[in-house]
Amino acid sequence: MSVELDVFVGNTTIMDKEVYQLWLNGYTVNDAVKVRIEGGVMEECEASAEVLLSDTMDQYRTFQMCERLLHHPAKLANQLLFQIPPDRQAMLIERYYAFDDSFVREVLGKKLSKGTKKDLDDVSIKTGIMLKSCRRQFDNFKRVFKVVEELKGPLVENIRQHFLLPDPLARDYAAIVFFANNRFETGKKKLQYLTFQDFAFCAGQLINNWTVGAVDNMMEDMDVDLDKEFLQDLKDLKILITDKDLLDQHKSLVCTALRGKTNVFNEMEANFKNLSRGLVNIAAKLINAKDVRDFFIDLVEKFIEPCRSDKLTSIDVNLYLTHYTNSAHILDTFKHHTVWTRYMGVIKSCILRMYHD
Amino acid sequence: MPGKLKAKIVAGRHLPVMDRASDLTDAFVEVKFGNTTFKTDVYPKSLNPQWNSEWFKFEVDDEDLQDEPLQITVLDHDTYSANDAIGKVYIDIDPLLCSEAATVISGWLPIYDTIHGIRGEINVLVKVDLFNDLNRFRQSSCGVKFFCTTSIPRCYRAIMVHGFVEELVVNEDPEYQWIDRIRTPRASNEARQRLIFLMSGELQRKIGLKVLEMGGNAVVGYLQCFDLEGESGLVVRAIGTACTLEKISTFPATATHPSNSSPSKDMKDSPQAAPSTLGCRSTHSSPVHSASSRLSQGFSVSVPTLLFAGMGSGGSAGKDAGPLKALLKQQTQSALEQREYPFFTLTVFPPGFLLHVGGVVSARSVKLLDRIHNPDEPETRDAWWEEIRQEIKSHAKSLGCHAVVGYSESTSICEEVCILSASGTAAILSSRFMQDGPLDTELRFEEVVSPGCGFCHIPYDELNIPFPAQLTYCYCCRRYKVPDVLFTTIDLPTEASVTGKGCLIQARLCRTKKKAQGEVNAMAISNLLPFLEYELHTQLMNKLKLRGMNALFGLRIQISVGETMLLGLASATGVYLTALPSPGGIQIVGKTPSDITYEQHISNMQKKINDTITKNKELYEINPPEVVEEIIGSPIPEPRQRSRLFRSHSESSDDVSEIDLSHGKKDAFVLEIDDTDAVEDIHALLTDSPTPAGFYSCNTEIMPGIQNWTSAIQMFTSVRVFRLNANLTNQGLNKIFSDLCENLLKSLYFKLRSMVPCCLCHLNFTVAIPEDELIQVAVTAVALSFDKVQTLENGKQSGEKTPIKAITENDEQLQFNLELNAETSSSSISPKGLSEVGSHPSARAPSVDYSSFADRCSSWIEQLKLKAHTIRRGSVKTTSSMEKASPLPEGRSRSLRSNRSYSGSSVAVVKMTPLSFIPGAKIIKYLGIINMFFIRETSSLREEGGVSGFLHTFIAEVFAMVRAHVAALGGNAVVSYSMKECVFMENPNKNQAQCLINVSGDAVIFVRESELELTSVQPQSATTQTSNGGEGT
Repeated sequence: MSVELDVFVGNTTIMDKEVYQLWLNGYTVNDAVKVRIEGGVMEECEASAEVLLSDTMDQYRTFQMCERLLHHPAKLANQLLFQIPPDRQAMLIERYYAFDDSFVREVLGKKLSKGTKKDLDDVSIKTGIMLKSCRRQFDNFKRVFKVVEELKGPLVENIRQHFLLPDPLARDYAAIVFFANNRFETGKKKLQYLTFQDFAFCAGQLINNWTVGAVDNMMEDMDVDLDKEFLQDLKDLKILITDKDLLDQHKSLVCTALRGKTNVFNEMEANFKNLSRGLVNIAAKLINAKDVRDFFIDLVEKFIEPCRSDKLTSIDVNLYLTHYTNSAHILDTFKHHTVWTRYMGVIKSCILRMYHD
Repeated sequence: MPGKLKAKIVAGRHLPVMDRASDLTDAFVEVKFGNTTFKTDVYPKSLNPQWNSEWFKFEVDDEDLQDEPLQITVLDHDTYSANDAIGKVYIDIDPLLCSEAATVISGWLPIYDTIHGIRGEINVLVKVDLFNDLNRFRQSSCGVKFFCTTSIPRCYRAIMVHGFVEELVVNEDPEYQWIDRIRTPRASNEARQRLIFLMSGELQRKIGLKVLEMGGNAVVGYLQCFDLEGESGLVVRAIGTACTLEKISTFPATATHPSNSSPSKDMKDSPQAAPSTLGCRSTHSSPVHSASSRLSQGFSVSVPTLLFAGMGSGGSAGKDAGPLKALLKQQTQSALEQREYPFFTLTVFPPGFLLHVGGVVSARSVKLLDRIHNPDEPETRDAWWEEIRQEIKSHAKSLGCHAVVGYSESTSICEEVCILSASGTAAILSSRFMQDGPLDTELRFEEVVSPGCGFCHIPYDELNIPFPAQLTYCYCCRRYKVPDVLFTTIDLPTEASVTGKGCLIQARLCRTKKKAQGEVNAMAISNLLPFLEYELHTQLMNKLKLRGMNALFGLRIQISVGETMLLGLASATGVYLTALPSPGGIQIVGKTPSDITYEQHISNMQKKINDTITKNKELYEINPPEVVEEIIGSPIPEPRQRSRLFRSHSESSDDVSEIDLSHGKKDAFVLEIDDTDAVEDIHALLTDSPTPAGFYSCNTEIMPGIQNWTSAIQMFTSVRVFRLNANLTNQGLNKIFSDLCENLLKSLYFKLRSMVPCCLCHLNFTVAIPEDELIQVAVTAVALSFDKVQTLENGKQSGEKTPIKAITENDEQLQFNLELNAETSSSSISPKGLSEVGSHPSARAPSVDYSSFADRCSSWIEQLKLKAHTIRRGSVKTTSSMEKASPLPEGRSRSLRSNRSYSGSSVAVVKMTPLSFIPGAKIIKYLGIINMFFIRETSSLREEGGVSGFLHTFIAEVFAMVRAHVAALGGNAVVSYSMKECVFMENPNKNQAQCLINVSGDAVIFVRESELELTSVQPQSATTQTSNGGEGT
């Protein structure tokens, strides 16, 4: 004796948010039923486990049928198969594209390839996120990446329009796409303390300031690649460390400005040349794709770690970077003001964001 | 050439990829009507082709216009091999043939393929130019309107109700043995779909012709069914009620007519000419019946049917009804006798039409199918139905009734055996809609007699009762006799006074039978049927009593036949009719009183039953005013005799005389536990779990006692198939079947928990035995939310007070609600209802002629006072026609909100409901009937998610196609929607499955009442039961 077939179809598609989340999280039907029973829905509605199982199966089926539509969210609005109120549609899309920070942290900056996908079971074990859910999140990244990769115009806007995502989520996806495209290294041990939101913030800075789209909206180019011309120009900044006079002059300007304003003045003064060399070298090397990948690790090794060992607070760092940036403009022989501003603006905000434990 | 059909193919979207190499499609479209085909150009390499074709014009007879669907086939062009079909769209152009329906079909329609399901959409434009045809002998019936709705459609007025129309067409089934054959399945199933479209068209045209012959212009309650007889062919048959309808032109004018507002209003609307319909009767009791067996061509057994109402000695008017009534009755009778079958498929009637209800009549017969030799002469099938209808007619007569209302027909087929069933409610109708000329005054006179109880009064002679029953004086008017229990197949009349709320009551039964062939099999089945019916009936009766109710509406008994078993499912909505006596309890009597433990057991059970009854009364708010007992009729028999009646039915007709004598006392509804069966029965009785808090359910259109519906509606279909083990006993089977239904209901409640408080309306169960050891149950229903605050108030009103409805002769149709506040509750009631009245400056209380009203009710009140000491005084609540203009109540603002939230979607929202109305909205136009038939098949069942995945997708697709076609007609809802066929077959070993679904309904345009507000001031169908109930809906 068994139920051979059991379906429920509403004219307006009925979807339970809680079950949807369980489905997204990769629970099997039976596990989902257990979770629901523990959640107390049975007592609430005088239902039995049987009823719960039937309902869960039914919902899972509905979600599976919807899934292919969710891959192209724009289709959800003008498909005829399911009558879903717009607010529900938005909920479905938003939750489907939502991801776990701990998961994204594992794949951020990796190539969204089959190889990476194969390693997802390790990621799943490491993060405790079910493999099914990992796959969905990974596929979402890949899908978004593929669609916007070839599109012109602002990245965030493209993502928002094609995937009907709310603004914050679209920004996060922009960061993921940007990282994947430039293959930034984020997995090194020294970078482990950084959260996804730290990186997303930095990505936003880079997208807004260092890509082609950042300078000229009219440019028929993409937001996903760094501005090659700019990277080329960055090499000119090397003069700040190669020219001995300039370096000394810069140091004295900064030190004058800083004197008396901080407790760690001596450390700053002692370390000035070291830090400045670090930052300018990062700039000069960015023209090489390989060094772009190491951008964050370089920031940490060449700047953040030395500062931290000198026990600088983030207020100190802020102070230091502000004067460091501004003083360069006063140098007589330094001509690359625009590039310097464009470079240091991003570096400063990235470092400040990354300067925590 | 009286018609020109024009079609234009605009564009396609979401097409499937047909060319794997390019991931694109080179699509073009073939447009076919009759034998003419046009093609569009190929639109290369696109999944969203823009054809923008010219207008394809077909010049055709209007006969063809009615019969044929427009066939649109989307294909993928292939230079080297045959073009691949992507899918098809069938467009029924019937709605365009009627001037009052749709004028154009335009929109995105799903492209459907029997194997792949929906594959993208196509945008088309279809128009028809009709030329006048004056040929008297024409074969077409263009312009006759069809409605699935079983009441007078809401923007029409009935001028005449002509009566019963029926027709059937037969053909060979191009594909019935789908699973074992080697073939291209798509081709044959497509042929099948096309054939059925054609046959329905033809059937509709023929019915239309009959309607024109009768002088009508519309068919209401149109019910079309398919009999898939397998080898012997395919029968498409339809019945309906021919009417002459008149469109109500403007809103303000229409508003005076009750039938065009939602029923919550109707209910409050006093029937303008509420006739008091006298007498009515029906029930259960005896297993009476006429058995006859005729052998025509082939084998047939006419099953001894159980006549729920029993058999009468011919109809004669109640003596106390007076000469006037007799005269009236005669008049109608003569009008009806001219008809071959005085049957009506309506379940809701225009005010003043239904006078008396006599009880349920039903007839069944078992036939052996043989091949239909000549499709053009379907005489055999016609003759079969004729027999059944004659039987029904004679049953009605024996109940003293001249008409049958709420009539329907159905079949159940298993291999070569076919059970034909027909059932309805014997009734006496007013001549008002059956003769020309205006309504005469007698009716007005009668109306004064009994507003809400008239239809319950017995129609037959009390001295010559056709079957055992106790009669009492009507508890409403105290002037006419009423039976103790009333069973009907119709909806609860809107004017009926009901105490408390109603609920769904189901009797479920399984009976095993031996496998057999041919006549032996047919004989075995026909021998089992009466037992089945009797037991279903007993179950219904017990469950009704258990809920403390005394009447059933919308009774539908379905008997399904399989190779090794018979299934019976009876569903109805139980209510407590104020006019009928309060039902007695259930008393259990043991067989061996000497045994002490046994006694103990019995008394335990008795206690359980009593507790349940008390609980139920509370749950359904059944607190009728107590009235002096006045049992009329025969003396109380000794219990022994009474119980005999219930256990001895099987001893057949010999007992009849004895049964006739046994007029039981109403309190003594005795169940004797003389065998295990009875114990089972009682257990079954108590295992029905109550509906969870916040839920109500019924299988009728409306739920008495709830009116403040919100706009939240959710139609759904649920299907379950259960596999049984071999070798089960009857009891085992019963339990399984009963649990199956109960669990299904529980699942529904759980699914819909977010809509609480809500009521599942029009719960329509269909059972089938798709193959040995499988039981299939399909349910279609709609969940309606309502406002809780008012319900409570309502409940109090109906529970603790007695609503009395009355009408003044005043044109404005003022209504008063006399509330007798019981002392115990007076503190909690007052606020809302009464203050509401006060807040309307226009309330016409001062001008109310209270005295005449009071006169009418005074005797009543006297009685009430006598019984209920707590009743203090009556407060009169009046509402005037201006109430509508009052500020928006809560419910309405909610409906506005939800409206808005939907509007953002790019796909038009189409509501679907099995009801004939949409709460809180007014239907302003009927666009035509939707009658669609689809077949879906798969040979990759596992890949599509197994049987559940397959069927889930298919049902969703059917919904989508119905919505798309309605939207293309310009509509925003389907009312009276039903899934009439859902035949599912599987062969898991071959990874195959197939399903046929037939759905129908009426496409309509509705507007929210809140939106109408400004354009018309509707005379308020004054609220009697709730203060602002109607518009919240």
